[in-house]
Amino acid sequence: MEFLSYLINGISLGSVYAIIALGYTMVYGIAKMLNFAHGDVIMVGGYISFSVMSYLNLPGWLSVIISVVVCTILGIVIEGLAYKPLRTAGSLAVLITAIGVSYFLQNAALLIWGATPKVYRSLVSGTMKIGSLSISYISIITIITCLIVMVGLTLFTSKSKTGKAMRACSEDKGAAQLMGINVNRTISITFAIGSALAAIAGVLLCSAYPTLTPTTGAMPGIKAFTAAVFGGIGSIPGALIGGLLLGIIELFAKAYISTQLSNSIVFAVLIIVLLVRPAGLLGKNVQEKV
Amino acid sequence: MKKLSSIKGTTKKNGFTYALVIVAFAVVSLLNANGVLSRSAQGLLVPACCYIVMALSLNLTVGVLGDLSLGHAGFMSVGAFSGIVASMSLADAIPNTVVRMALAIVVGALFAAVAGFLIGIPVLRLRGDYLAIVTLAFGEIIKDIITCLIVGHDKNGIHILFNVKGNKSVADLNLAEGGQVIIKGAQGATGTQTIATFTAGFVLIIITLFIILNLVNSRTGRAVLAVRDNRIAAESVGINVTKYKMIVFVISSALAGAAGALYGMNYSSLVASKFDFNTSILVLVFVVLGGLGNMTGSIIAATILYVLPEALREFSDYRMLIYAIVLILVMVATNDPKIKALFGKILPHRKKKGGAVNE
Repeated sequence: MEFLSYLINGISLGSVYAIIALGYTMVYGIAKMLNFAHGDVIMVGGYISFSVMSYLNLPGWLSVIISVVVCTILGIVIEGLAYKPLRTAGSLAVLITAIGVSYFLQNAALLIWGATPKVYRSLVSGTMKIGSLSISYISIITIITCLIVMVGLTLFTSKSKTGKAMRACSEDKGAAQLMGINVNRTISITFAIGSALAAIAGVLLCSAYPTLTPTTGAMPGIKAFTAAVFGGIGSIPGALIGGLLLGIIELFAKAYISTQLSNSIVFAVLIIVLLVRPAGLLGKNVQEKV
Repeated sequence: MKKLSSIKGTTKKNGFTYALVIVAFAVVSLLNANGVLSRSAQGLLVPACCYIVMALSLNLTVGVLGDLSLGHAGFMSVGAFSGIVASMSLADAIPNTVVRMALAIVVGALFAAVAGFLIGIPVLRLRGDYLAIVTLAFGEIIKDIITCLIVGHDKNGIHILFNVKGNKSVADLNLAEGGQVIIKGAQGATGTQTIATFTAGFVLIIITLFIILNLVNSRTGRAVLAVRDNRIAAESVGINVTKYKMIVFVISSALAGAAGALYGMNYSSLVASKFDFNTSILVLVFVVLGGLGNMTGSIIAATILYVLPEALREFSDYRMLIYAIVLILVMVATNDPKIKALFGKILPHRKKKGGAVNE
């Protein structure tokens, strides 16, 4: 029974990682940049939802919607101000800019909400009992949300016009432009979707782990990035598999091996996977041409 | 004749770098001797030297070797804690602090070099962003492992415990009477003798510069630059890519370890979580803003960017916000083609010469 409850908690945590990893993977696939500010958008999402519930006394579901809207706008603004001017610059310049954005968001949050941790009131409380096994409702909601997001995104990228444009851009920007796709707008839309997902992930993460500080998003951000690489960066099913595996490994490591070393075990598994499959589990291994 | 003049050019450039460091050291020492520097400014001197060495060594990996490393603070951590252990356990054997500090720095560098070699074996097989994420992973693993360490020493030697389950404590070391605990797991190293000096920092910078500048201008350095610029072409003319990458990676790790050892001996208490991802990123920012492969740039950027936020303490809460905004603006201003074109119009004489592209 203990094993099952760890497994379910692991899948639930993994679902949050998967949703965050999707944001990373989409942005990486299309803009070829490591968006280190993504984790901080999660934190902003959590804070917005917290503020709407605590200061405005609005219901939880409304706070989620407001948080998604705010983060989407934030994502578009960040992209337009900080990343768009660097389209032609080297990847290191973009990386440093992303770090600048990350610092900015963390310190802005520090100024607005202060350094004292806020206690996030979970959207839904209570647990479901099946025999001796108890599962919190928020775990179930997290897993279902992750599945909906995953199916929705897969349909979006394969069926809709914008989604097809995204895939075309990630394949070959020059050719996509020649086909009449507005590459700049497509990249902006990708950032908007990624940020909206980050807001959802922020709410789910804070519901499960209710302390909210300006650096809340940093470690989940890094781990979700690891998950994206794990599954093969740029691949949507890869993000799901990577996220779930990472969450399960992390919880099992915490439960059975060592709390202090759980992060290390996660990273060690990543290293081993990358040594065997250098492009991740589902990534495409592109051969270099001479 | 052409070759001769180019050699002269490098010597001149390197001479300028050395002169800059020496003059800066002389001026700061003079100010310090006359009591111009405040107490808080004095406290910044040694860490500033450590970060300069960190920036120089990371520039070797990122700028010269061309591989993005996001875990450089890990090597600093290895150097810091092994240096502290060496310095503390030799406290009775070697009372002279200068000799002990030098020895501790060498020990720190050696341990970091070994860590660099072991990590280099898997890391250097990967490329690009995958290499970056694996260095990040190793940085975090080093941090976690050191957080689990409990180290003490007594007359029988050094005792090391690995606190995996979190259920061991200092008492489990079974130290003999008169023994001393050096590293206390998550609490880090406490009660360290602070024997680091500004002069030692200066000497370390000069040694680092000497090693790096000579390496870059040597046969090995040219091979490494060839690998960076075109790996396949370098491989096809018979350069052993893995070997040269490993040489540079290990030297870079060793220098970071030396910087870490000096840093560790500057504080009476130090925790492993100080050397996390953010510290690696901080150093990376120094390197990128200073210019990839440009050692003088790294020194200047590290000094300004380390001292400035500390000097802006009066703005307290706003200083990191300002830092972030300045960072973004600098990156956008130096990379946006439109702004570049604008600058080109205003300052036509500042146009880059053809040869400066690789700088």
